[in-house]
Amino acid sequence: MNIHEYQGKEILKQYGVKVPEGRVAFTVDEAVEAAKALGTSVVVVKAQIHAGGRGKAGGVKIAKNLDEVRTYASELLGKVLVTHQTGPEGKEVKRLLIEQGCDIRKEYYVGVVVDRGTGRVVMMASEEGGTEIEEVAARTPEKIFKEVIDPAVGLLPFQARKLAYAINIPGELINKAVQFMLALYNAFVDKDCSIAEINPLVVTGDGDILALDAKLNFDSNALFRHKELLELRDLDEEDEKEIQASKYDLSYIALDGNIGCMVNGAGLAMATMDIIKYYGGEPANFLDVGGGASTEKVTEAFKIILSDPNVKGIFVNIFGGIMRCDVIANGVVEAARQVGLDRPLVVRLEGTNVELGKKILNESGLNIVAADSMADGAQKIVSLVK
Amino acid sequence: MSILVNRHTRVITQGITGKTGLFHAKGALDYGTQMVGGVTPGKGGTSVEIELEKGGTVKLPVFNTVEQAKRETGANASVIYVAPPFAADAIMEAVDAGLELVICITEGIPVLDMVKVKRYMEGRKTRLIGPNCPGVITPGECKIGIMPGYIHLPGHVGVVSRSGTLTYEAVHQLTTRGIGQSTAVGIGGDPVKGTEFIDVLKMFNEDPDTYAVIMIGEIGGTAEEEAAEWIKANMKKPVVGFIGGQTAPPGKRMGHAGAIISGGKGTAAEKVAAMERCGIKVAPTPAEMGSTLVKALEEHGLLEKCITKK
Repeated sequence: MNIHEYQGKEILKQYGVKVPEGRVAFTVDEAVEAAKALGTSVVVVKAQIHAGGRGKAGGVKIAKNLDEVRTYASELLGKVLVTHQTGPEGKEVKRLLIEQGCDIRKEYYVGVVVDRGTGRVVMMASEEGGTEIEEVAARTPEKIFKEVIDPAVGLLPFQARKLAYAINIPGELINKAVQFMLALYNAFVDKDCSIAEINPLVVTGDGDILALDAKLNFDSNALFRHKELLELRDLDEEDEKEIQASKYDLSYIALDGNIGCMVNGAGLAMATMDIIKYYGGEPANFLDVGGGASTEKVTEAFKIILSDPNVKGIFVNIFGGIMRCDVIANGVVEAARQVGLDRPLVVRLEGTNVELGKKILNESGLNIVAADSMADGAQKIVSLVK
Repeated sequence: MSILVNRHTRVITQGITGKTGLFHAKGALDYGTQMVGGVTPGKGGTSVEIELEKGGTVKLPVFNTVEQAKRETGANASVIYVAPPFAADAIMEAVDAGLELVICITEGIPVLDMVKVKRYMEGRKTRLIGPNCPGVITPGECKIGIMPGYIHLPGHVGVVSRSGTLTYEAVHQLTTRGIGQSTAVGIGGDPVKGTEFIDVLKMFNEDPDTYAVIMIGEIGGTAEEEAAEWIKANMKKPVVGFIGGQTAPPGKRMGHAGAIISGGKGTAAEKVAAMERCGIKVAPTPAEMGSTLVKALEEHGLLEKCITKK
């Protein structure tokens, strides 16, 4: 789960990670009020969207007085910002972070992720702050330093020192940097983060160490134990269909195409998208209806797919293990009855209770095209949609 | 001969009195697996009655702890159907009890819990498969997990996969061609897991009854690339593969917690390229996994040996 920069900074503050003073603003007046309250001569007006690359896209403005705050806030609120991470359709800016300006002496990178190879939390640091870490990793990987953290003891101070020295933090600030890193690790583990990226970490003119930007992402699997994080969710930043899907515990991702998919199992669902594309079609979504899905869940999944105006046809590809073919069949029939089936539907069933499932579909009276295999189903739906 | 599980494996189900645990305990028994008992804290001393498809009832004892269950039943393996908030603890309990094999089906365990589990397991003899996996099956002998037994056929092709249903697809394509499987292992869709591709490939490499392997991967991480390098250096048997998610957009988690392209790494294209560089044929579509394996078997003169049913 993603959150906004200002929310990430609020969380880090709770753990003792130093961040610039700032406030969120939803209107131009609020932005000006916030700037007044901050009291610094230079104030930064930052667009808050769930995507990086805002600076380059003109989403971060330095204001030298309150008039400029007003101008920039007016300009940014309601603007559709297109960054290299939003996709061409961009994201509308509905919130701003009004932050005190700071005197940046130098920028660094510090990030915490779970390393799949070792199965450990890893802290990375680099002297190349402000740049995309992927670029640094590609160009000068030797400039990225890593410490692998033993979960039995957590990030140890000597590990933070190793990193701080390696990235050439000024000698008199090493202790502050160490405190910063330890606090960042605590926040990461305590909040079940999947990533915590501080880019840039800055050393200021008056000898402070601050997180100038904070990107925190949370492990969806752990949200059940973080009600406080769920409250930070910004539904405006999510696709409506994805929001609806999450209500029913469905794994759904909206894509650009016109062939809706309903599959059981993420691997098979990805492979179904792949094979549709192979035969010249474009998948409209990823949807894993899951193993233990009920008829209700299947019905809702179907409705969500049908609610997408781009969808010109649907391919249901089920290989039943836990998922029973009769449950899927009942769900499809029920959904078609509730919403009305006005587009071509190809269904391929295999696995547990397959004969019963096929029987239910045959006897439903609905116009359902049966497929004998995955390839057959993909080819059929692609040609029906053309 | 197979790997990991066979007709002698004695399994208990952690979470046996839950709906899912019970359903699959029955599935295991119907298949002929030696399911010998289960664990549900608080229900120790009771039993579950399971009616078999072929007729007859089996009564399985339920215990409060894994240690008790192991002692009383002589189990050497466990399968876990426990809800995500409690599953990591269930894994560690099984490890502590000294079981040889633990298979965790549960999807949704917090990643940092698995980081702790992995640390906990260091230096212990237990092998963990999963979590978020369909299980392990040695066709004709032992089925531990949620896979439909009837699509499998005893034979000589090893199957290892991060996916559940995509594996069934592959197995189905092999069985319909009369090509049986030695063992099919679902390693699961999570980013931090008990067993990786390399671990299973090593086992298949050493198994005299496995003549070839099919490996099914997906986007996210670099396990397939690492496996490919190992295969090139060590594998004595032909390996074919498939990578799901070639059309997945970056940055989005495609269902599985581990299926995410991040920081430019873990794309399907990279994996396919790495595998092909290492001599592994990669099926261009999921419908061609079986036919790609047939090609590889033909090239190595192994097709006849691998056809175990006409």
